[in-house]
Amino acid sequence: MPGKIVLCRCEDVTLSDIEHSVSRGYRDIEEVKRYTGFGTGPCQGKECLAVVALQLAQITKQNPSAIPPFTSRPPLAPTPLKLLAKDPGAHRFPDDLGDDEGEA
Amino acid sequence: MQGAIDDEDDESRADVSGEIRLPATLEGTTGPVPASAEIVIVGGGVIGLSIAYHLAKRGLTDVVVVERGYLAEGASGRNGGGVRQQWSTEINIRLMQESVELCRRFAVDLGVNVWFRQGGYLFLARNANEVARLEKNIALQNRCGVHTRMLEPKAALDIVPELNLDGVVGASYNPSDGILFPWPFLWGYARQAAAYGVRIFTQTPVGGLEPIEGGGYVVHTPRGAVRARRVINATGAWSPKLAEMIGVKVPTWPIRHEICSSEPLKPFLRPMVSELASGLYCSQSMRGEIVGGVSLPGHGSTYGMGSTLEFLATYARRLVRLMPVLGDIKILRQWAGPYDQSPDGNPILGAAPGHPDFFLACGFVGHGFMMAPIIGKLYAEWLTGSEPHEIFGRSQLARFTDGSGAQHAKEDFNIG
Repeated sequence: MPGKIVLCRCEDVTLSDIEHSVSRGYRDIEEVKRYTGFGTGPCQGKECLAVVALQLAQITKQNPSAIPPFTSRPPLAPTPLKLLAKDPGAHRFPDDLGDDEGEA
Repeated sequence: MQGAIDDEDDESRADVSGEIRLPATLEGTTGPVPASAEIVIVGGGVIGLSIAYHLAKRGLTDVVVVERGYLAEGASGRNGGGVRQQWSTEINIRLMQESVELCRRFAVDLGVNVWFRQGGYLFLARNANEVARLEKNIALQNRCGVHTRMLEPKAALDIVPELNLDGVVGASYNPSDGILFPWPFLWGYARQAAAYGVRIFTQTPVGGLEPIEGGGYVVHTPRGAVRARRVINATGAWSPKLAEMIGVKVPTWPIRHEICSSEPLKPFLRPMVSELASGLYCSQSMRGEIVGGVSLPGHGSTYGMGSTLEFLATYARRLVRLMPVLGDIKILRQWAGPYDQSPDGNPILGAAPGHPDFFLACGFVGHGFMMAPIIGKLYAEWLTGSEPHEIFGRSQLARFTDGSGAQHAKEDFNIG
């Protein structure tokens, strides 16, 4: 097939990259994620996971149903630090006391 | 593509017609393990693979590595990639000087880019006790030839202008500390070890260890049994479980530590920044992400690797206070990994008492990754006939039962 086939747009991972990973022996989807970086960008695999899994199944001659998705990580969507910093569940260290701006 | 940057690109690429070349590094996931080996290393993390590589490089190639899951599944693939020489005991400072040197040469020696970057480590103190602690460590580090220096708070701004120094009373800075990208480190060791003849089996849990009369063990796995002359336990936080199979009690326990990563930013943050008060640490990876964590007290022994909002909220609160400019950056993902916590903060190395063919390489308390380059080298030198480095004498398991550990300083700078 001519040209590049991009499977993960966030991290620019191509079909050829996936094949390279498998050729090295890194064929578990968790290993492929780490070896190629697919699914580690802003979408965290929401766009690319299924298509990579399907290609991985073909390359390794497995049924796609034999390939579970990689572990999904929180947060559900990219979340700004300043929003998280307001969560009341944050642990307080000794030097945090009296440091709460506008919190009860 | 972030990781698979190596030196034989085109010839090793899969044939796009669909025919895949045989794996160059790992054994397949179904074939049998060999019937015998001089050394079986249990654990495909950075410690086990570093030992395997250095053994093979020294000519001992009859080595089998068995890994329960995939390479880097445990703490080796879950850490922040920090590599520092700012420690509180002379032996750790000196070992880490050598590790840093090995990291500097890693790309050349192992043929893989590990994105090692020496941007320094900046520790921040918020009270006089912390300053005193840093000053004491710096004096020792300077005697060892590490050029750490104490900074007035405003001098820290020259290094990280984005810092909010409210409440910061001092800082220590060593410009030759650094960070690396953990995963390619393992691929580099694995690939070169395999090239020397080491056989690496992933998805291969050890189900039992059976002592052989006269020495060695039969290592039982679902893919068959290996008769091993010697066994090395490099299973990190799982070390007590493997040792238990032959009745050896390893007094370490697993502590979950969480960590997170942001969206990538243009490079702006040179050093790893850490504050002693909270164990907060963060650095900017070569991919541009801000990677960091914070210490949460009160979580006991667990193999659970779940993620919590408490962690993310605490990290965000401390980090935004320290660097308000980061308030608008977004966290992309969080995960966790297990520290192998030892009672005195020091590792456990060498043969188990009464078990001269069962070797331990555990208890690194979250810092095994940065220690692995030098520990693997020293371990291999010893097992191939050299005199053992003094670290082996003082790191024996027996120190917890015969009182011999008391003569050595307790490492108290396991930060983050």
